[in-house]
Amino acid sequence: MTVESASPAPLADNTVEVPGRRAPLVLGGLDYAGLTERVCAIPERPTAPAAWWATLALAAAGLAGFLCLIGYLVSTGIGVWGNNQPVAWAFDITNFVFWIGIGHAGTLISAILFLFRQNWRTSINRFAEAMTIFAVMCAGIFPAIHVGRPWLAYWMAPYPNQMGMWPNFRSPLLWDVFAVSTYALVSIMFWYVGMIPDLATLRDRARTRLRRILYGLFALGWNGSAAHWRRFECAYLLLAGLATPLVLSVHSVVSFDFATSQLPGWHTTIFPPYFVAGAVFGGFAMVLTLVIPARTFFGLQEVITLRHIENMNKVLLATGCIVGYAYGVELFIAWYSGSGFERFAFANRMGGPMAWAYWIMVGCNVAAPQLLWSKFCRTNLWITLLVAMCVNVGMWFERFVIIVSSLSRDFVPSSWGGFSPTWVDFGMLAGSFGLFFTLFMLFVRYLPIVAMAEIKHVMPARPEGPAGPADGGGAARTGRPRAGGDPR
Amino acid sequence: MSVQTPAGRPEAQPALYGLLAEFDEPAGLVQAAAAVRQKGYTRWDAHSPFPVHGLDEAMDARRTRLPLIALGAGLCGLIGGLKLAWYTNATDMAFMPSFLRGYPFLISGKPVFSLPANIPVVFETTVLLAALGTVLGMLGLNRLPRLHHPLFASARFARASVDRFFIVIEADDPRFDRRWTAEFLRSLGAAAVEEVPEDGP
Repeated sequence: MTVESASPAPLADNTVEVPGRRAPLVLGGLDYAGLTERVCAIPERPTAPAAWWATLALAAAGLAGFLCLIGYLVSTGIGVWGNNQPVAWAFDITNFVFWIGIGHAGTLISAILFLFRQNWRTSINRFAEAMTIFAVMCAGIFPAIHVGRPWLAYWMAPYPNQMGMWPNFRSPLLWDVFAVSTYALVSIMFWYVGMIPDLATLRDRARTRLRRILYGLFALGWNGSAAHWRRFECAYLLLAGLATPLVLSVHSVVSFDFATSQLPGWHTTIFPPYFVAGAVFGGFAMVLTLVIPARTFFGLQEVITLRHIENMNKVLLATGCIVGYAYGVELFIAWYSGSGFERFAFANRMGGPMAWAYWIMVGCNVAAPQLLWSKFCRTNLWITLLVAMCVNVGMWFERFVIIVSSLSRDFVPSSWGGFSPTWVDFGMLAGSFGLFFTLFMLFVRYLPIVAMAEIKHVMPARPEGPAGPADGGGAARTGRPRAGGDPR
Repeated sequence: MSVQTPAGRPEAQPALYGLLAEFDEPAGLVQAAAAVRQKGYTRWDAHSPFPVHGLDEAMDARRTRLPLIALGAGLCGLIGGLKLAWYTNATDMAFMPSFLRGYPFLISGKPVFSLPANIPVVFETTVLLAALGTVLGMLGLNRLPRLHHPLFASARFARASVDRFFIVIEADDPRFDRRWTAEFLRSLGAAAVEEVPEDGP
């Protein structure tokens, strides 16, 4: 039941660099109408494919399990997890940092690549922004439920109360509350504002009354007026400019949770840039994990081309090398600092009882991406997917190693401890994926998953080169194939 | 391709919102927009599925005030965040009711207020309010959300969000004339010109 690509000829290879010519952004001779048709066909299909239902059912089952486990945790207590003294943070905060990190690729693609005028981002930014929001939702749950009495989590908000009590604004944990909630809100605004013109497209194409009303409500009466576009573009640029420092601040603040403490292995100045690079790395891996099946499944190979995959692989390789460098610097500083506790912390990570987790981390995050130096690997979807999966696993283990190995072995051997997860720990990790994929499956079914207006903005208006004569409106009206080309 | 004017019975026509001209290409839209402006029309607009390069120049549009709104909102966030952190953590005003009174508490002997320790929260409130100001300002200046627009009555206009480009000259423009304006729009290379009625009562 998948939508097959309509073009009979195999797609041109746009991963080849031709000096002096920009590689086409969109393949298959799509024009404005063709692109709209290709993207809108997904939410407009009357019945969803069986595979979509199967995936949604699986994800929703995971979500239901997650909700049950949260109920169990709230009604019983934190003791249902393997957390203990001294390992007071374990899977909960690992999952939190893992998910919040994944969110970073979305904002990077939508904001930073926008400011750098990387037009290839337009094919994947909607996708990645949605991923960001869903990941931040998964992330937000864990700190909220790990506070012990989650029904009092609202105490973290500064509101006048009869207890005369205010949050401590000098605490990194409160910085985290502000950073993550700001990040969630700004990401949602960025995503939604960018989607308004595309929702208007869906409204204008709607065949049923219900769709017209629902898409119409969310399109806010958008009519493509030039005055509206002018303010829209300005707002988009401003939001990109605001989101760029924001995204760098969020994972920096998350890293402050660790770096401002005095635990060996946490008390490190490299943490903010190291965490941000790791977040982008893990986020791009998740974008690839989602985008490769989705583009095949929904027949979007002409819009999310092989060149997009290759570009993302290059980002993955670059950030993977930064992460590998950070691992190296950590070790060097531990030795160079001359502090016995620091040296022990890292010797313990590499050779202690949790060494297996450390070496999984290094293997997945540093070794696996090295495959991407080869163009064959960057343009092979299976190898890309394999590397991305490795990185997903590796980045989870990175946070696990940082948190658990440092907490279980601090300064005094008498306060050492261990950690073994319970079935609830594993269930909640799996359940958070259920939440993520439930939201994601609903998104790909009901919303425009590719930013149509943005792609049209950077598509060539007239055919370029020998592919078609420059005859004014002919190509647009007849849907004649055009060469892609020259996205500025 | 024709103005649907019932000939000879002008008094029976429905009230007009304006004339809608359709163009196939962004370049045609930009040229036509420049011509409409030169002709002296004031109450008109262009509609397109995406922002068209050069259209603002052709329409001689003023720059939007949105950056000022964002700046103002951001400054509110900056000052508000700073005041919030300082007031709640570093003041203790006995005359305030207890639920509004600050609560200075010492932790690790650190000062109750120091700028560096408060930067992260203040940064976040600045970004948050600036972003809120940007989005709400954009919608407010655009007079959105609105539930209906006379143009939505035109079947042709549905493609304004897909692949067609439009110019609308409103009927209350001082230079508007039902026939001459339609002729003028056709002379600009419009693929179609159509009358858009005012909303019914």
